[in-house]
Amino acid sequence: MNLFRFFRPAASAPVARERLQILLEYERKSGSQVDLFNVLREEILAVVSKHANVDPDKVQISVDRGPVFSTIAVDIEIPNSGAKVRASA
Amino acid sequence: MGKVIVVTSGKGGVGKTTSTAALGAALARAGENVVVVDFDVGLRNLDLVMGAERRVVYDLINVVQGVVKLPQALIRDKRIETLFLLPASQTRDKDALTEEGVGRVIAELRTKFDWVICDSPAGIERGATLAMRFADAAIIVANSEVSSVRDSDRIIGLLDSKTVRAEKGERMEKHLLITRFDSTRAARGEMLAIEDVLEILSVPLLGIIPESEAVLRASNLGTPVTICSTDSAPARAYTCAARRLTGEDIAMTIPTDKRGFFNKLFGRRAA
Repeated sequence: MNLFRFFRPAASAPVARERLQILLEYERKSGSQVDLFNVLREEILAVVSKHANVDPDKVQISVDRGPVFSTIAVDIEIPNSGAKVRASA
Repeated sequence: MGKVIVVTSGKGGVGKTTSTAALGAALARAGENVVVVDFDVGLRNLDLVMGAERRVVYDLINVVQGVVKLPQALIRDKRIETLFLLPASQTRDKDALTEEGVGRVIAELRTKFDWVICDSPAGIERGATLAMRFADAAIIVANSEVSSVRDSDRIIGLLDSKTVRAEKGERMEKHLLITRFDSTRAARGEMLAIEDVLEILSVPLLGIIPESEAVLRASNLGTPVTICSTDSAPARAYTCAARRLTGEDIAMTIPTDKRGFFNKLFGRRAA
């Protein structure tokens, strides 16, 4: 049968297993990471808001959960005229 | 204004989520702006089939409740630019979705996308009725098998009575998608024939998706089958079905998987 395996595309089940492991580990911790993301979002927003006018609806958060670490990216749209320092000068 | 389509079946495990992902990806590959929406609150899986499970932050309920705006919850597909996912929530509280809130979100999605494809949960409870509530058209996913056909009939009844369109006295556009079709078993008379299913349900046929290992492989990899293995029989069948949705007139065929030389030589796999 190994001969046949040679002609077949790489097995997909190991990929499925790894994806499930990462996902379930996160889901069993249920919620804690969502809270972390929300806290980070609020605090980062607060810091940026000190210096610029930011519309909270223009903040885009994206995450990528990996087996060892996760990444979070926060995109904040700052209007060119929104710098508070300049506005008060 | 985009078109809202609900993918529904009544019965579980017939291939709603697979079909939502495959049709959504096929339409998006053709250049359409598509969002696939998971309505299976508490048991979401569309994110997994789309391969976006690691990237979910917000979900449909967050948008309905106004925690975030719609663009903040949409996840853009990494392979196709015009394909987006709105995930379901994992909360156990099914009442978190309100009819008014869902209506608002669907109305907004309609303005942003050409196609809004709603993946309904199984059953005929609230989640399923909310998923179909604001739809312009329905894809009824069924297998050639008695319980699936019976459940499809119940769902057709709901589509004709519980949707906004039905209540306004308008016609609900319906399409039947037969999935997991095994032509060998059908030829042996072990499965209901397509013609019988069509006659019983009297809904026009959108496509016949053959049973294939390519579908399992696609969900293992988290890639809709219409992106994962475009030459496979189910991918070709789904692509044709997507083109029929856009109004193209394509002859109905049941694609078959091409067998490799060795597989042909040494016979088929055990059934």
